[in-house]
Amino acid sequence: MALDRSFKDQVEFAAYCREWLAKNRPEPTRIPLPQAAYEVTLPEHREYLEDWQNKCYKAGLIATDLPVEYGGHGFEGFQQVATSEVQKANVPYFINWIGLGMAAPTLLTHGTESQKRNFLPTIFSAKDIWCQGFSEPGAGSDLASLQAKAERKGDSWIVNGSKVWNSLGALASWMLLLVRTDRNDKYGGLTYFVCAMDSPGVSVKPIHKMTGESGFNEVHLEDVVIPDDQRVDEVGAGWKVAMSTLTSERGAATGVGAVASSDSPMSHVERLVDLAKSTTRNGLSSWDDPAVRDRITRLYVRVSALVENGKRAQSKHLSGSAMRLPLQFKLVHSEILQEIHQVALSILGPSSSLYVGDADAVEEGKWALGYMNTYTNTISGGSSEIQRNILGERVLGLPKTK
Amino acid sequence: MAVPRDYAYDEEQEMLKSAVKRFVSDIEPLSSLRSSLAGTEDPHLGDTRLGYFDLDAWARMTSLGWQALALPEQAGGADMGLVSAVAVVEEIGFGAMPSPLGVTLESSFLLREMNSEAALEVSRRIVDGEAVTWGFMTSEGSLDVSVNGVQENEGVLKGAVHFVQDLQKCKALLLPATNSGRTAWFVVELDSPGTSIKRDRIVDLTRDQGSVLFENVQATQLSDYLPDNQVYQRARPALLTLISADIAGSAEWMLQTTVEYAKTRIQFDRPIGFFQAVKHPLVDVMVHIDGTRSLVYAAAATFDHEREGALPAALSAKASASETAEFSANRGTQLHGGIGFTWESDVQIYHKRLIHSQHLLGDGMHHRRELAALL
Ligand SMILES: Cc1cc2nc3c(=O)[nH]c(=O)nc-3n(C[C@H](O)[C@H](O)[C@H](O)COP(=O)(O)OP(=O)(O)OC[C@H]3O[C@@H](n4cnc5c(N)ncnc54)[C@H](O)[C@@H]3O)c2cc1C
Repeated sequence: MALDRSFKDQVEFAAYCREWLAKNRPEPTRIPLPQAAYEVTLPEHREYLEDWQNKCYKAGLIATDLPVEYGGHGFEGFQQVATSEVQKANVPYFINWIGLGMAAPTLLTHGTESQKRNFLPTIFSAKDIWCQGFSEPGAGSDLASLQAKAERKGDSWIVNGSKVWNSLGALASWMLLLVRTDRNDKYGGLTYFVCAMDSPGVSVKPIHKMTGESGFNEVHLEDVVIPDDQRVDEVGAGWKVAMSTLTSERGAATGVGAVASSDSPMSHVERLVDLAKSTTRNGLSSWDDPAVRDRITRLYVRVSALVENGKRAQSKHLSGSAMRLPLQFKLVHSEILQEIHQVALSILGPSSSLYVGDADAVEEGKWALGYMNTYTNTISGGSSEIQRNILGERVLGLPKTK
Repeated sequence: MAVPRDYAYDEEQEMLKSAVKRFVSDIEPLSSLRSSLAGTEDPHLGDTRLGYFDLDAWARMTSLGWQALALPEQAGGADMGLVSAVAVVEEIGFGAMPSPLGVTLESSFLLREMNSEAALEVSRRIVDGEAVTWGFMTSEGSLDVSVNGVQENEGVLKGAVHFVQDLQKCKALLLPATNSGRTAWFVVELDSPGTSIKRDRIVDLTRDQGSVLFENVQATQLSDYLPDNQVYQRARPALLTLISADIAGSAEWMLQTTVEYAKTRIQFDRPIGFFQAVKHPLVDVMVHIDGTRSLVYAAAATFDHEREGALPAALSAKASASETAEFSANRGTQLHGGIGFTWESDVQIYHKRLIHSQHLLGDGMHHRRELAALL
C-alpha cells in the first residue's frame, strides 16, 4: 500500500494532506451522520464511511508510519501530521475507530507475525470493522472480575458468556475478546483472543442509549469455537494485553490515524463562542454577559493547555516522567468536552429543551444530543474516577484503591 | 517564523535548568530564611520584618551569569530568550527562593524594548551583578500610566509607585513616567535624594514589597517618548510568563510534598493517600500544573519566535497559572491537616508565595477578561 511518492519533510507532507483533503472531501450524506462513530447503525452510513476511510488509507493518511509488510505506508514521523490535518479539515470520522485505535496497536505489540499480516491491512481499509468485547454485566470498572470463559479443546477454544456495551458490535466482523481461562486467578486467569463475529454461537442484540440512538450491543457467546491461532499472546497474559488496548484507547488521538470524532476540542470552543455571539436574551448577546464570557474563556484556556500538553508530551526534555502527560489526556479531554456542552445548554436556556427533530432546535439540536453523548467519554474506556485512580497510583505513586 | 514543536528547549536549557535546581537545593533557601524570621512571626506583636536576602547566594548566582541570560550580547548578556529564562524561574519557584532574580530577569525584558545606550548601560550593571526591579502600579493596584502615574519634567520625577516587588534587594528601579500624555521609561537609583521608600508588611515571606515616593527625583531617561506605554506592552507577555513559571515551580513542590505526606501519614490504619477524597484532588492538582506548564513553555516559545501571537499565549498562561496557584495552595494546606496550618511547616511558605503570585500582575479573571476580547 506504499504511496508511490516521497516527501521532503513534515511541512511538505502536511501540505499534501491539506490539498488531498480539500479535493476529496465527500458530499454530505442524505440522512446526517451521527456525531461520532459510536452511533453508526444505518447501512448507507456504513458504506459511505467505509468508502471514505478506504480512500484516506490509500491516500496515506492512515497507517502512515507503519511498515509496508503490514499494509502501512512506511513513513516516519508523518502520522501525527496526517491526523492533525484530518482533524482540522472538518471531514467525516473514521468508522473503524476501534480497529485503528485499539485492535491495530494491540496486534502490532502482541500479535504473531501472521496475525499482523492477516488482520492489519483490512483494518486500515475498513474492509473489516472491529469491536471490543471486554465489559460484562457484572464487570465494568472492575474489568478483571469478568466471567465469560474459554475452555481448551484440542487446537481450539470453546467460549461461553455475555459481553455488554459492545460498540459497533452490530457492524463488526471481528471482536477483541477478553475471557477467563482460569477461575482461580483473577488477573492471571485471563486470555485475549480475536473472534470472528460470524462464528456460530455469536449473537448480537442492540441496546438504545439515553439519547435514543443505538450503537452499543449485548453480545452473547454460546459454545463459540475459536481456533488457537486467534489467541493473542500467551494463555494467562490477557490482562497485560487488555491494558495495552486500553492505553491505546485512552490516548488514541494519534495512534495509527484513529479519529473517532472529527471535531477537535478547540473547534468545539470556537463553536461555543459563535453560539454565544449569535444568541440574544433580554436584548443582550450572551457573549456580552461577563459571566458567560468568563466561563467560555476559561474553557478556551483549558483546551489550549490540552493542545500544548499534546505537544509537550512529544518534546524530549519537557515531557516529564513517561506516563504523566499521556495518562491525563482522556480524563481532561472528556471532562472539558462535557463542560463545553453544559455551558452551551446554559446559553441556549429554554431552547436547550428542543431536541433533534424539532424544527426550531438550534443547530438541529446538536448541543443537547452532544451533551448526552459526552458521557460516552467520561464513562467508557475506564471512567473518570478510574482514570484518577490510575493517575494517582501509577504517576503519583499513592497507595492502590484496589 | 513559526514556534518550534519542542519549544526550542534543548540540551542547553536542560543543563541550565538542572544547574539551577541543584544550586537552589544545595543552599536550602528556606532554612536561612527561617532564621531571619525569628521574632517576627506574630503580626500583632512581632518585630518589623525585613525582606530576607542571601547576598552570598546572589553573588554566586551572578558569577554564573543567570541574571544576565536574557540580556543582549552587546551589554555582555547571553541573549538566550524567554524559554531559557522560564526554565530558570521555574526552579526558583520550586525552591520558593527569596531572590531578586525574578524581578531582574523581568527588568531585562523591559530593558530590551528600550533601544538606547542608557538602557544598555543599565543592562551592563545587571551583567556586573546588580539587581534591578521595576514597577508602576498605582495604590489601587492598576497598571495604567494614564491614571495617577508618575510625572516627568526636565528629567525630574514626581509621584509614587506601589507594590514594587523585591525592592529591598535592588539598587535601581525602572519605571515609566508621563509628560504631556506620552510615556518614556526611566531608571532611578533607590538611594537618590528625594526618594523615599515605604516598606509593606506582606503575607508572602519569600518576597519583599513596597512603595517608592518621588519628590523631585533626578532620573535617567531610557527610552523615547512613545504613546500607549509601548515598552511595557511589548515586554508584558514575558513578564506574565515569568510569573506563571514561578507558579508552575512552586505548585509542583506543593504537589510533590503533599503526595509524600499522603503516602506516609496513617489514619484509619492506612496512608491517607489511599482515600479517593485525598487521591483524586491530588491528581487534579497535577492536571492543573501540567496545563500551566505547557502553556508557560508555549507562551515563552511564542514570545521568542512569533511575537505577534505572544500576548494571547501569555494571557492564557497567567490565567491558567493563577488558578493553579490558588488550587494547589488550597489542597496542599487542606490535605496536610493541622501540621500544614502551622508556622513550622514549609507548606505555609509555599502557600503564601503561591497566592501572592496568583494576584501579581492580575489574576485569572482579569486575564480572561482581556483574552475574551481576542476570541
Ligand atoms: C457509550 C459507551 C460505549 C462503550 N463501549 C464499550 C465497548 O465497545 N466495549 C466494551 O467492552 N465496553 C464498552 N463500554 C463499557 C465501559 O467500559 C464501562 O461502562 C465502564 O468501564 C464502566 O463500567 P460500568 O458501566 O459497569 O460502571 P461501574 O463500574 O459499575 O461504575 C459505576 C460508577 O462507579 C464508579 N466506580 C467504580 N469503581 C470505582 C472505584 N474503584 N473508585 C471510584 N469510583 C468507582 C464509576 O466511575 C462509575 O461512576 C462502553 C460504555 C459506554 C457508556
